[in-house]
Formats: sequence, structure tokens, C-alpha cells
Amino acid sequence: MIKLEAPLTKEKIKKLHCGQEVVYDGMLYTARDQAHKRIIKLLKDNKKLPFDIEGKLIYYCGPNPAAPGKVIGACGPTTSARMDAFTPELLKNGLLGTIGKGERSQEVVQAIKRYAGIYFSTYAGCGALLAQRVKKRELVCFEDLGTEAVFSFEVKDFPLIVAIDCKGESIYEQSR
Amino acid sequence: MRIVEAGIIKDKVKSLAINANVKIRSDVLRALKNAYEGEKNRLSRSAFKAIIDNAEIAFKNKLAICQDTGLPVVFVEIGSSVFINGNITKIITDAVAQGYREGFFRASIQKDPLNRNQKLSYGPAIMHTDIVTGGKIKITLLPKGFGSENKSKLKMFNPTSPLADIEEFIVEAVKAAGATACPPYIIGVGIGATADYAGLLAKKALLISINSVNKDKQLAVLEQRLLKKINKLRIGAFGFGGKFTALGIKVICAPTHIAGLPVAVNISCHALRSASVVI
Repeated sequence: MIKLEAPLTKEKIKKLHCGQEVVYDGMLYTARDQAHKRIIKLLKDNKKLPFDIEGKLIYYCGPNPAAPGKVIGACGPTTSARMDAFTPELLKNGLLGTIGKGERSQEVVQAIKRYAGIYFSTYAGCGALLAQRVKKRELVCFEDLGTEAVFSFEVKDFPLIVAIDCKGESIYEQSR
Repeated sequence: MRIVEAGIIKDKVKSLAINANVKIRSDVLRALKNAYEGEKNRLSRSAFKAIIDNAEIAFKNKLAICQDTGLPVVFVEIGSSVFINGNITKIITDAVAQGYREGFFRASIQKDPLNRNQKLSYGPAIMHTDIVTGGKIKITLLPKGFGSENKSKLKMFNPTSPLADIEEFIVEAVKAAGATACPPYIIGVGIGATADYAGLLAKKALLISINSVNKDKQLAVLEQRLLKKINKLRIGAFGFGGKFTALGIKVICAPTHIAGLPVAVNISCHALRSASVVI
């Protein structure tokens, strides 16, 4: 198990290889379908984003609300492929990597190679387990989207599997 | 005539909505544990370990097993000698929403599918109601996550189509789902009837215990053969490879028209949750 700590850099990412299991300490932003649509629209209109994606990780997640006294409810990954159309543009604009579940399109693999990014998979369908690893959660923007709003998470020992590394090697191709 | 008060149904359904989301079905958990024992692939083994640990954490902490608490699908069987004091659709819809709220589950339902600009809510649940003989009410709740629901397939075959073509269609549906819908999968297949009803049968097939053997011998053999073919895809847990792409497959057949042969596939993720109550 490899320990990965914030702040993340391209250099740290380049050392990771497809199929490696990682635990991550640091922050990440959640964003899924509707938030992506809005972010891409803002970029297209040359407007400033409500949060800085430079060197950051985006986690495809729509969390459950927190019960009283808790940080968060179940918060596992959603299907990454639905964000495929948006990811190359975000990587181009400085995003370091993404976290989700399942395969990515060839366009995303190529963009990961071009911008030396990374795609992690995390434990799919294990939202209760992952909730134990989130230490802090804050609303960032798009509150009207409910669970699809952008949140920042502080995570500790958050399990990640390198699914596509910066050379474009994909675990989903290797395993079959 | 047996009179059932709305309040009784409401309380039962509310607990059902919570239980169905925090407790994995026992037959599914058993299948997952068996798969963990049988899997050799390193990453898939840690996937199974995480899934089993997650089930425990969810139950202990009353957390949803999966953040996608689904579009709640409710199957209601009402005995013909039961009189319900109230509007059953409204009672159940409200009770499910209340259970979701009290369980601190996610509001995932968008009222306007095209403009997608409404505040997210807990319903309405999808309801399928049958009138059966007897004096009881059976209610089953299946919180259906959409990662897997998105991978549903329907094909209208010719009545003369060979079985091999149907099998290929089912296996291809799983192949197309790949790693995106949280494998290992449980697969429901509906064959016959009409397009809509085949889809319903495929979903109902997910309610059948994985361990049960199909009473129809031909279908039992078909299920075994399909399971073998699907596991040869080697998608594996989380798509990391290995022996278990599916934990089980269930097929339900129904009479159909001389001109057609509808086949529907409904896929469930490994976190197959459903719970029932008899009133």
C-alpha cells in the first residue's frame, strides 16, 4: 500500500503505476453530472471558476447527508464514464486527476497521457466504508444542485487504486 | 373482509425503506463471502474485502450501503379480501420518502427529467401493484441504483430466433456494462410478454434468492450456462479481473404473442438490496 499525501504534484503522480493500491491523505473536490455541465459552461464563457482546479483531484460523488454529529453519510463513487465528455477540458485547464469507478473513454485516456494526469478508482458501492475516511466536508458551490453540488472533502487513508496512470496504462485493459 | 389502517402500512414501509438501504440481503452477502474465498486475483480480493467490510459498517452505523439509495421500486401484493383505509399509492409513496428522510439518505429524484432544474426529492417511488388471493398485503422495496439501471437492455427478437442469439444478447449486455455498474453483478432476465412487462419481469427476477434453483429445468440449465459465459468475460469485482463477473442470474419467462419474443435484461450492482414485509 502506497501512502499519498497532499499537496499533490505532477512529480508524485508520475511515480504511480496502474494497478497500485494507494491511501490518500488530503483534500479533494466532489463534482458529478450537473456540476460538470456548469463548470464546462463557465470555462467556455471565459468566466472564473468558483474554485481552483489547478493541481486538484475531482471525486465523482454525490454524498448522502450527515446524520447529527457525523461528518457525512455514504459517499462512494459514481460512474465515471458519464463525465468522459467533460474530463479532457478540465485536465487541459490544470486538473491533476479524477476519482470514480469504471472505464474511461479513449479521449480521456489520451488526455491523461497528454497532460500527465491520473485516474483513480475507489471502492465502488462501498459508501459506508468510505464515509469513515472523510474527516471534514464543506459546501463549495452550486448549493441548489443538492447532492450534486461541489463539496470539498478532507480525507484520511482514503483508498484509491491507480486505474489509468500518466502513461495511459489502464487496469481495465490489463485485467482481461 | 379485513380492514387495514393506513397508519400500520405507513410505519412498516418507513422501516422497510431504512432497512432495505442499510442491510444487504443475506443471500447476496453469502455469495459475496463465497466469492471472496474463491478469488485469487489480488485486486479483486481487496474489492471483495471492501464490499464485505462495507456491509458490516453500514449495518452497524445505520448508514446507507451505497450513496446511491436509488430510485425506490415498490412491489405491492394486495389480498383480494383486504380493505385498505386510505389511498395505498399515497400512503406508500409518503412512507418511503419519510423513511429516506429519517435515514439521512440522499434525495436523488429529479422531477423534471428534461430541464433538470427542480429541487431533488425522495420520490415518487415506482410502484407495481398486484391483486392476489388471500387476506394479506406483501410489500417489497428495491432501492435501485442507477449506475446499474443505466445498463438495462431490451430487444424484441423474432419468434423464430435461436436461443443462442438470446444468450449472446444477454452476455453482450453484461459486457457492455463492463466495470461501470459495480460488478460483480446479479442479473435479472425477463423473456416473453410485452416490451414493458418483460422489463418488469427482469426487475422482479432480481428479487429471487441467488441460491434458489429455478423450478423450470430448462431455465435452470440456461441460468447455469449464462453464468459460466458471463464469468468468462473476466470483468471481475470492480472490473479488476478475476473469476466473478456475476454472482447469479435469474430468468423469468411469460407467455407471449406468436409474432414476438421480447427479452429484457436488468442488471444489479453487487449491493443488491431489497426487503419485504407482510401485513
